[in-house]
Amino acid sequence: MKSRDLGPELNDWIKYIEDKARSYGLNFPEVCFEKVDYKEMNELASLGGFPQRYPHWRFGMEYDRISKSYTYGLSKIYEMVINTDPCYAYLLSSNSVVENKLVIAHVYGHADFFKNNQYFSKTNRKMLDEMANHSTLVRQCQEQFGVEVVEEFIDQCLSLENLIDLRSSGELPKTREEEEKLPEEVQKIKAKSYLDKFINTPEFLDQQRARIEEEAKKEEKIPFRPIRDVLGFLLLHAPLKNWQVKILEMIREEAYYFVPQGQTKIMNEGWASYWHSHMMTKDILDDSEIVDYACVHSGTVAPHPHGINPYRVGLELLRNIEDRWNKGRFGKEWLECEDTVKRKNWDLKLNKGREKLFEVRKIYSDLTFIDEFLSQDFCEESGLFASKYNQSTKRWEIETREFQKVRTQFLTELTNFGQPMIEVVDSNFDNKGSLLLKHVFDGRTLKRDFAELTLKNLFSLWKKSVYIETAGEDGKSQLWGFDGKDFLTRA
Amino acid sequence: MKPEDYSKVFTMSGIKRDHGRFKDIVSGKIRENLKKFISNGELIGKKGDEFVSIPIPSIELPRFAFGKNQGSKMGQGKGNPGDPVEGEEQEGGDPKEAGNEEGKHELEVDVSLKELAEMMGQELGLPRILPKGSHDIDSKSSRYKSIHHVGPHSLRHYKRTYREALKRQIAAGIYNPENPVIIPHKSDLRFRGWAETPRPQTNAVIVYIMDVSGSMGDEQKEIVRTEAFWIDTWLQSQYKGLQRRYIIHDAVAREVDENTFYRTRESGGTLISSAYKMFLDIIHKDYPPQQWNIYPFHFSDGDNWSNEDSQLCLDLLQNEIFPIVNQFSYGQVESKYGSGQFFKDLLEKFSEQERLVACRVQNREGIYESIKQFFATGR
Repeated sequence: MKSRDLGPELNDWIKYIEDKARSYGLNFPEVCFEKVDYKEMNELASLGGFPQRYPHWRFGMEYDRISKSYTYGLSKIYEMVINTDPCYAYLLSSNSVVENKLVIAHVYGHADFFKNNQYFSKTNRKMLDEMANHSTLVRQCQEQFGVEVVEEFIDQCLSLENLIDLRSSGELPKTREEEEKLPEEVQKIKAKSYLDKFINTPEFLDQQRARIEEEAKKEEKIPFRPIRDVLGFLLLHAPLKNWQVKILEMIREEAYYFVPQGQTKIMNEGWASYWHSHMMTKDILDDSEIVDYACVHSGTVAPHPHGINPYRVGLELLRNIEDRWNKGRFGKEWLECEDTVKRKNWDLKLNKGREKLFEVRKIYSDLTFIDEFLSQDFCEESGLFASKYNQSTKRWEIETREFQKVRTQFLTELTNFGQPMIEVVDSNFDNKGSLLLKHVFDGRTLKRDFAELTLKNLFSLWKKSVYIETAGEDGKSQLWGFDGKDFLTRA
Repeated sequence: MKPEDYSKVFTMSGIKRDHGRFKDIVSGKIRENLKKFISNGELIGKKGDEFVSIPIPSIELPRFAFGKNQGSKMGQGKGNPGDPVEGEEQEGGDPKEAGNEEGKHELEVDVSLKELAEMMGQELGLPRILPKGSHDIDSKSSRYKSIHHVGPHSLRHYKRTYREALKRQIAAGIYNPENPVIIPHKSDLRFRGWAETPRPQTNAVIVYIMDVSGSMGDEQKEIVRTEAFWIDTWLQSQYKGLQRRYIIHDAVAREVDENTFYRTRESGGTLISSAYKMFLDIIHKDYPPQQWNIYPFHFSDGDNWSNEDSQLCLDLLQNEIFPIVNQFSYGQVESKYGSGQFFKDLLEKFSEQERLVACRVQNREGIYESIKQFFATGR
């Protein structure tokens, strides 16, 4: 990527905005700004912000989409920032000065978030290098084993890419022994001799013995308890060639790298938007620029009727929190107060808003953020709703604005990225070495044809029959499988 | 994979290679097992005269995912419960950073017909059409292309003239930057010169012939309409003066305007020969075959009234139509009622005839393939 001189005006602004941001308490690593033209921006965007990715057609597909929608004026990417240390941020060379100022302020918000939010605490900050290594790895494999062969294997892995454990940060699944060493004998609880017979009663000891025996039986089963990190499990147990292990490792690593970003989309964008709007209006803009700024800003925070605009919801909810904590609208008394007049004029003048925001940006993810702070008042004011597809009219219709239902819907969408929860249950199913997955059923059924093709891909990694336990339209448990030739269904 | 493809992958850099590979997959050149995951969306959506929405192809790898339109989804905006959610599906805004949520891959963009034809040519892998080589009807076009030392003063090239004068003055040492007066001599004068390029005449006429007998339903007509639109688009990109004529027929043929062509629904029997006769009349009256590229497109469900008539059609094709047309295209739109016999008759008799392209369009999805067949030869 060619680096272009930003010019003195922009450099001055960067310095100025950086100082301002630090003065508000934002804490971020060095941010390197690069000016890129629209072609480079489209290219970077399709590569997820990294100048070097492994060769794969899906980046080309992304590029096709992004560059076409840029060409026809549908969308324009002003900026992009990646979570590395130092942080890299790209400015579009055709940006106006106002746009650039907004983008710079916005970027410092992101940089602060990346550094301080706990969900990012374990991400690899040298991912730029890692991605380049991945690129080299895939090229080498392709040279040695053939482009098609390697690409096909990558496709198979990508079709399983979403089967990771979002609660972990990418450590490989542990075996029983690694996790906790089972005691060989029944351990007595330490006690004074005269208390021993009361504490370590015969029943208790029997119970313990039974538990150890039971655990020992479980130990024979791999995995000893259900694992959501299917990719990790395959990495450990599937009969793969060396190069395939490396590729699978790579796909898994990248998948885990992007998890925190998916988990904090609303908060991250909300936080960055909060700071750009705060700094722009308080410190940066002069009077003549305010209309241009408002135009760009309102474009990014426009509500989406078909889904959530993270910029808008994040920003609105953060402001709502700030307001609530400034006025002391939290805690038992506030929650139990039913006097509408009193609620309306509630202001304890605590001024704890900003402090609370910094705490929120540190310890919450989208899921916990919405769970904790989405209130009925906010829900109504911001016009959130749940919509449902009407089979008879063939369109999406607003289903409800009722707080509890909207909240549940919102949380459902955020849980596991709105994807089905799938676990590895058994690697010796049917006593034939078959792999058994389980879809934790919550009322939504799996798409059958896609599930079959995914099983087929899974088969090519596992090399023996693969099954998934799920539920049919009637909600009753079903077993879908692939044995290398046919797709099977068992009730 | 061939060795030259192999080297292509490694020499191209970054996104160009990925993009190229994606396009190759979409066009079916490589990785055919991915073909089933490609979604093409709809091909047509004409807005006004100029614009049309074009979907962007995408490949969705299979995953464990929930079935479509299940459960509810979130939204934000106005409206009461029961109201439709306003607006079309929105594109996910501008991605400001690498996210990993799934994007929606299909969006509609407005493109002009010219761009559309280009894309279509690329997508379908259509060869450019070689116009009929009729050298005796060349037209000439002239353009100013060169600079001459002599010529009429009305074509004097001021800039070149003064540049020559400046060069001469500097060389002679009489140029004074303080007082930059430049006076051209006769030898400095330069004139625009033109050159004539012969251009082969590229006039084309499309004659659409549609069977409107009782067995052609609305669905079938819709398919014909879509086909016709794409044919128009492609040929318009290849020929400047493109003319269109429309013939409908059941037991008798009528020439109609475009509007009527798409709207008419008749009932009754089918005599295909009537349409072919009318086609020949039109051609001989208005479009002398030596000067025109002629593209008849016949759409029917392949149900002719009698074998005798089919025989007559085949004779007409053989003796009168094939000799004068660039290509005769027959599209058989499958319908519940049609027997599809005519398609078989054609193939039986003319399996060797390269001016005939016949194909069957099963349903909307078949349109894409049939267009590809129609123009694959580049005739």
